[in-house]
Amino acid sequence: MRFTKDHEWVVVEDGVATVGITAYAAEQLGDVVFVETPDVGKTVSQGDSFAVVESVKAASDVYAPVSGEVVEANGDLGDAPETVNAAPEHAGWFAKVKLSDPAEVEALMDRHAYEAYLGTL
Amino acid sequence: MTDETLKQTPLYEAHVAAGARMVPFAGYSMPVQYRDGVLKEHLWTREHAGLFDVSHMGQARLRGVSPLSAFEEVTPGDFIGLGAGKQRYSLLLNKKGGIVDDLMGARPDDDGLFVVVNGACKDGDFKFIDNELAGQVRIERLEDRALLALQGPEAAAVMAAHAPEAATMVFMECRAMTAFGTDAIVSRSGYTGEDGYEISVPAAEAHRVWATLLEDERVRPIGLGARDSLRLEAGLPLYGHDIDETTSPVEAVLTFAVSKKRRDAQDFPGAARIARELAEGPSRVRVGLKILEGAPAREGAEIADANGEVIGKVTSGGFAPSLGCAIAMGYVPPARSAVGTALRVIVRGKAGAAEVVATPFVPNRYVRKL
Repeated sequence: MRFTKDHEWVVVEDGVATVGITAYAAEQLGDVVFVETPDVGKTVSQGDSFAVVESVKAASDVYAPVSGEVVEANGDLGDAPETVNAAPEHAGWFAKVKLSDPAEVEALMDRHAYEAYLGTL
Repeated sequence: MTDETLKQTPLYEAHVAAGARMVPFAGYSMPVQYRDGVLKEHLWTREHAGLFDVSHMGQARLRGVSPLSAFEEVTPGDFIGLGAGKQRYSLLLNKKGGIVDDLMGARPDDDGLFVVVNGACKDGDFKFIDNELAGQVRIERLEDRALLALQGPEAAAVMAAHAPEAATMVFMECRAMTAFGTDAIVSRSGYTGEDGYEISVPAAEAHRVWATLLEDERVRPIGLGARDSLRLEAGLPLYGHDIDETTSPVEAVLTFAVSKKRRDAQDFPGAARIARELAEGPSRVRVGLKILEGAPAREGAEIADANGEVIGKVTSGGFAPSLGCAIAMGYVPPARSAVGTALRVIVRGKAGAAEVVATPFVPNRYVRKL
């Protein structure tokens, strides 16, 4: 699993990245009440706003941690947005992206580096 | 604004110790939520009793030869007719009939008029009152007092143990009394739609009163996040969002704050505009919206009619924890304001179905008689 400074995570399998927000991000957001996942087929560039996660209080952008084409969105979050809080780094994934530039993943932080980064916040 | 320049209420340390997430609000560092989070804090208040620090709000005494009649020069309320021990919701109005702030005015004792105004507006409000009523009232700001709100269906039972007299009060009564062993000004009111009290105590006693209330297992500390979702469900406007200097009491559907007597006399700022809007209808009116599909519509989202024509804007909105759906308030032309009117809200470029619904969204539970 790789991480961004914006608190997204990425797991790559066969050239497809599963993307979600980290446990830290979910805890900071508080109770998630709505998730807007990207449309399947959409092409995203690294750093684009590609999903929105909403708590009672506010809406927050989720940025694409990698570039590519959205090949699947987590439809379960529509009825159960609280999954993002319950299992942010597992069942609470947002979307799957077919990588256009696999090298982007290598440049992301590993868990050790991400935890060190959290320590600076 | 950096943390260094933010003011702190007398309860700042208690919030930090309780694990609050502190945010800037109205120039103060305030708790937006505690460890439970907004959702649980909201529901706790609706089911039990929530304790809020609202010490950022502006408390003052207006004194003078006849402060009640003087206050009528800046508000449309019947303050001359305000009985001893009574409190009234009112509005500071500018000469165009726009709302400078909303406030509570009360007579807890014989010491002039006790007013509580919004924290973000307080400096401007007191300057405005001082300018408009120069020579008629002296304003003493009570900056050495904290303000706590205890809200929820179990608030009365909790309060009775510490202030037996409070149990004899009804909604919108306000009395100076000895409570928690100190001199308190207690009103049976609040801004959540629930029964409850607002309790003004000396700043030096605030920690002790706060801690005493939290010893009761029915009481939990509640942050400003839940305060906002509670007042939204209660259909109560938030100054600076749902009402401002451009909105009139008629547009904001706060005509109950324009007393019959004052309406007839037309002797308050902006009376001509308000009389005209009462007779002919305003150009826009505040409504409640239930969001039927899609993302919550928040402040600034456009409201469109069924044909897609933009007819207004959302002034506050979000997820309603007690209803399990998103709700909003906003302004639309009166012709589109009837309950049941199908509208749309535009969020991030997508139109979601919405419907005009009656407010309060969640029935209020004020105790109007004992």
